[in-house]
Amino acid sequence: MAFYVVQFLTGLASAASLFLVASGLSIIFGVTRIVNFAHGAFYMLGAYIAFTLTERLEGALGFWGGIVAAALVVAVVGVLVEMMLLRRIYHSPELFQLLATFGLTLMVQDIVVLIWGPSDLVGRRAPGFKGAVDFFGQNIPSYDLFLIVLGPVVLGILWLLFQRTRWGVLVRAATQDRDMVAALGVNQKWLFTSVFAVGVFLAALGGALQIPRDAVHHAMDLRIIVDVFVVVVIGGLGSITGAFVAAVLVSELNAFGILIFPKISIILVFLVMAVVLIVRPWGLFGKPEAPARRTPGLTVNPWRPWTSNERLAAIAALIVAAALPLFGGNYALTVGSEIAIFVIFAVSLHFLMSVGGLASFGHAAYFGLGAYGVAFLAKLAGLPMIVCLALGPLLGLVGAAVFGFFAVQLSGVYFAMLTLAFAQIVWSIAFQWVAVTGGDNGILGVWPEKWAASPSHFYWLSLGIAALAVLILRIIVFSPFGFALRATRDSPLRSEAVGINGKRIQWTAFVIAGTVAGLAGALFAYLKGSVFPDNMGISLSVDALVMVLLGGVETVSGAVVGAIVYKALNIWLVSQTDWSKLVLGAFIVLIVVAFPKGIVGTLQSILSRRRKSSSSNSSLLTSRIETAE
Amino acid sequence: MRNYLIGAGLAVLVAGMANTAIAQSEIKIGEINSYSLLPAFTEPYRKGWQLAVEEINASGGINGKKLVVISKDDNGKPADAQTAANELVSSENVAMLAGTFLSNIGLAVSDFANQKKVFFLAAEPLTDAITWSKGNRYTFRLRPSNYMQAAMLVEAAAKLPAKRWATIAPNYEYGQSAVAVFKKLMSEKRPDIVWVDEQWPPQGKIDAGPVVQAVAAANPEAILNVTFGADLVKLVREGNTRGLFKDRAVVSFLTGEPEYLDPLKDETPEGWIVTGYPWYDIKTPEHEAFLKAYQAKFKDYPRLGSIVGYQTIKAAAAILTKANSTDPEKLIAATEGLSVPSPFGEITFRKIDHQSTLGAYVGKTALKDGKGVMVESSYKKGSDYLPADAEIEKLRPKD
Repeated sequence: MAFYVVQFLTGLASAASLFLVASGLSIIFGVTRIVNFAHGAFYMLGAYIAFTLTERLEGALGFWGGIVAAALVVAVVGVLVEMMLLRRIYHSPELFQLLATFGLTLMVQDIVVLIWGPSDLVGRRAPGFKGAVDFFGQNIPSYDLFLIVLGPVVLGILWLLFQRTRWGVLVRAATQDRDMVAALGVNQKWLFTSVFAVGVFLAALGGALQIPRDAVHHAMDLRIIVDVFVVVVIGGLGSITGAFVAAVLVSELNAFGILIFPKISIILVFLVMAVVLIVRPWGLFGKPEAPARRTPGLTVNPWRPWTSNERLAAIAALIVAAALPLFGGNYALTVGSEIAIFVIFAVSLHFLMSVGGLASFGHAAYFGLGAYGVAFLAKLAGLPMIVCLALGPLLGLVGAAVFGFFAVQLSGVYFAMLTLAFAQIVWSIAFQWVAVTGGDNGILGVWPEKWAASPSHFYWLSLGIAALAVLILRIIVFSPFGFALRATRDSPLRSEAVGINGKRIQWTAFVIAGTVAGLAGALFAYLKGSVFPDNMGISLSVDALVMVLLGGVETVSGAVVGAIVYKALNIWLVSQTDWSKLVLGAFIVLIVVAFPKGIVGTLQSILSRRRKSSSSNSSLLTSRIETAE
Repeated sequence: MRNYLIGAGLAVLVAGMANTAIAQSEIKIGEINSYSLLPAFTEPYRKGWQLAVEEINASGGINGKKLVVISKDDNGKPADAQTAANELVSSENVAMLAGTFLSNIGLAVSDFANQKKVFFLAAEPLTDAITWSKGNRYTFRLRPSNYMQAAMLVEAAAKLPAKRWATIAPNYEYGQSAVAVFKKLMSEKRPDIVWVDEQWPPQGKIDAGPVVQAVAAANPEAILNVTFGADLVKLVREGNTRGLFKDRAVVSFLTGEPEYLDPLKDETPEGWIVTGYPWYDIKTPEHEAFLKAYQAKFKDYPRLGSIVGYQTIKAAAAILTKANSTDPEKLIAATEGLSVPSPFGEITFRKIDHQSTLGAYVGKTALKDGKGVMVESSYKKGSDYLPADAEIEKLRPKD
C-alpha cells in the first residue's frame, strides 16, 4: 500500500514540473493566440542560466536566488523577443508566429552549445532538499515534496492574479474577445507583452527548478515542448486549472501505467490526448470557441486561376527545372529530386491548410505511411516499382481516411493537436512493431529499378510527379469542390445554410492531402532506398508547416516556393557549416520580419498594390474587375 | 564580349586542371557524424580524427599523397546522412566513407554504400545488425558491438551471487538488443536467474522517479542499466535519493565512458560494473603516446569518442596505404584480415563479418576527489567475445 502512495506522490511531483511550464504556455496562447514553439527554448535557457548562477553563488540564498534570477533574466529576453519580433507579425496569417518562434528555437539550440559547451551539465542539489523522507519503508525525495507543494501554490497565485487584479480581468477579457478589449481602449500591445513575460518567466522557472534532478543539455527544449502542448490542449486552451488537472492526469497515468506496460511512456500522452479530444473536443476545461469573426483579408484579393501569361511562366520554369540534368552533376540531381519530393509534400499540406483552413501538425504521418507502404510492397511482396509507387500511397489514403474522420470533427488548434496525436500513434507503431517495421532500424534496400535508378531519370520522375501534383491540386482548388471547401473555411455557418456538408467536404480534402503526402513519401522511400520511423516524426511535420508558412498560407501555390527555399537552404547549410541551426534559424527570423505574409504572399500583395496604383488613373472599376477575376 | 567569354572559358579550364593536379596528390575520406545532435560525443570524436590526420600527413601521408578528411553533419537523421553521403561520393569523389554514431544512421549509410558500391568504415554504431543480419561486403565496423560489450559484462555479472535481476533500458533498438543479448548470455551461464522487472523509458525522456520506484518495488538483487547521457543522470540522481542502488549490484553499459561518467561528478554511484574508457589508468606505451599527443594538441583529456575518431582515420589510412588504390574492391581485399596498431593495442578487421577486434575496458565505478572514475579496470580483447564462426555464418547474409 505504501508503495502505491509513494508512486502517486512521485507522479504528483512530475506533474508539478510539467504544470509550471504548461501554465506559461497556456497563458500565452490563451491571450495572444501565439503557438509559442520557443517555449521549450525558454525553459532550456532558464535551466542553463540557473546552472551558471547557482554554481557561482554560494549557499542556500545563492541557490534559490539564482533560480529566481535566472527566470527573471529569461523573462526579460522574452520581452525583447515579443517587442522586437512578435509585435511585427500579430497581423500576419494565423500560425505565422509559429514560424518565428520555430526560428528562435533553432537558434537557441546552437547558441547554448556555443556558450555552455557540448557536455551535459549537472547542477547542485537544492539546499535543504537533498535527502529523502521515509514513508513506511519507502523513500520520497524531499525535493519531490517541495515540487508537490509548489505546483498548487503557483496555481493559486495565478488564480489570484487573474481573478483579483485589474490586469487579470483585462487578460481574461482578451482571452475571450481580443477585438472587443481593443475597442474599449485597452492598450493591447502592453497587455500582450506582459502576458508573454509572465508565460516565459514560468517556463524558465520550470527549467531552472529541474537543476537538482536533471542534467542540463541542449536537447531539453524538444524533450518538453510537445508534452507541454499536449497538456495544455488536454486541459483546454487558456484554462490554467485545466492545465493542472491534465498534468496530474498524464503524470499519474504514466506512473502507474509503467507498472503494467513498461513501454507505455513513449506514447501515453498522445493516447490520452486522442481519447480526450474525441470525447471532449475542447479539452477537459475548455469552452467551445465562438464562431470566428474573420477579418475579410482573404476576400479582398480573391484567388484566381493563372492568366495565360502566368501559365506560360510556369511552363517556362518547369522547362528550366527539367534542363537541370544538362548541367548539374549527380549530387545536384539527387538534391533536386529531394526538393521536388518536398514540393509535393508541402503542397499537400498547403492544400489542407490554406484551402481547407485545417492546419495539421501531424502531416508527416501520411508521408511516412506512403513510404512504409512502398517498403512493404517492394520488400515483402516483391512488386515492381511502378506498382509500388501507385499502390504505396494508398496506405497514406487509408490512414488519412481513418484519422481524418475523427480530426475534422474539431477545428483550429484542437484539430492540429489531434492530427499530431494520430501521427505520434502511427510513429510509435512503426517504432515499436520491430517484427514488421524493423523498429528504428527501419527497412533497408528499397532501391529504384534500373529504368529509374540513374539520378537524372529519378529527377525527371520526381519533377514530373511534382508538377502533376501541383497542377491537380490547383484544378481542385478552382473546381466546385474547391469552392465548397473554401466556403466552409471562410464561413462554416453560412456554407451550412446553403446546404454544403462541411464535415464531409473537409474529410475529403483531408484524404486528398493525405494521399498526395503518401505519394511524396513513396518517392522518398525510393530516393533514399530505406524507410525509418523518422519519416513520420514530429520534426518532419514541423518542416512541412515551416515550408507552407514560408511560402505564404494565403496563396494558392506558395508552398512550392517555401519548399524549394527551405529545403535547398537546409541541405546547403548542413553541408557547409557546423552551426546550420543557428544560421537557418536566423534566416527564418529575417524572412518572418521581411515577408510578414510569407515569401509569395508578400510579393503578391506588393504586386497587386502596384497594379492597383498604376491602373487607378484609368478607372477604379476595371481594377476591381481585374482582381475579382 | 566573345573575347571575355573565351578568356573565362580558359580560366575555368586552367582552374580545372589545377584542381585535378591537386586531386592527384591527395586522397579524400568522406566523414559523416551527428555533430549537431550529439556534440557531447562527437566533439571529442572530431578532435580525435583531426589528430590522426595531422599525424598521418606529418609522416608522409598515404603512399606520398596527402590525406584530406571532408566532414559532414547528418542532423541525427538517416535521410540527411544519405544526402551527405551522396554529396561526398558524387561531388567530392571521396575514396571511402567513414563515421556515423547512431545505429539507424550507420545502417542507412551502409545500405547506401552497398547500393553505390562504396567502401564504408562505420565508426560508432553499436547495432549487431550492421555486421550480421544486415551486413554487406562494403561495410566494416570499428567499435565493439552490442553483443561484444554485453558478453564482456556478462562475464563479470555471472560471478555475482544475485539471482533476481531487473533491467532498465531506453526504448529503442540499442536498448532492446542490449537487454536481449545480455539476458540470453546471462541465462546460458546462470540458469538459476529470474528476471523480475523491466523498465523501458523513452530515450531522452525518462520520468526517473516512477521508474526507480517501479524497479524498487520488484525488489531485485541486481539491476542491468542501459540508459546513458541525460537519462542516466536523472536515473542516478533519483536512484541515489531513493536508495535504489543500496545493497544492490548494478551492471551498466557505457557508463564508464568519460562522456557519461564525468557529468555525474560527486553523485557517481560506486561499485557499478561498467564498460568504459579509464584514460588515466591505461599505461601501455601505445596509449601513452596517444594521450601525450592529444593533450599537447587540445589541452584537454580524451573521451572515448576521441579514441574512436582517432582510430577510425588511422585504420582508414592503413587500409588506403595497403590497397594503394581507391578501387572499393581492392579496399575490401586490403581490409579483410588487416591488422593495425591502436591506442588499445593491435586490432584486426575480421574477414568473416568485417568486425574489428577493438575491445573495451571493463571495471567498477568509484568516487575520487568528488569525481567519478573507473577502477579495477582491465582491457577485454574484442576477439575473445565474439560467437563461433559457424554461428556468424548463419547470422550474416551471403555476399
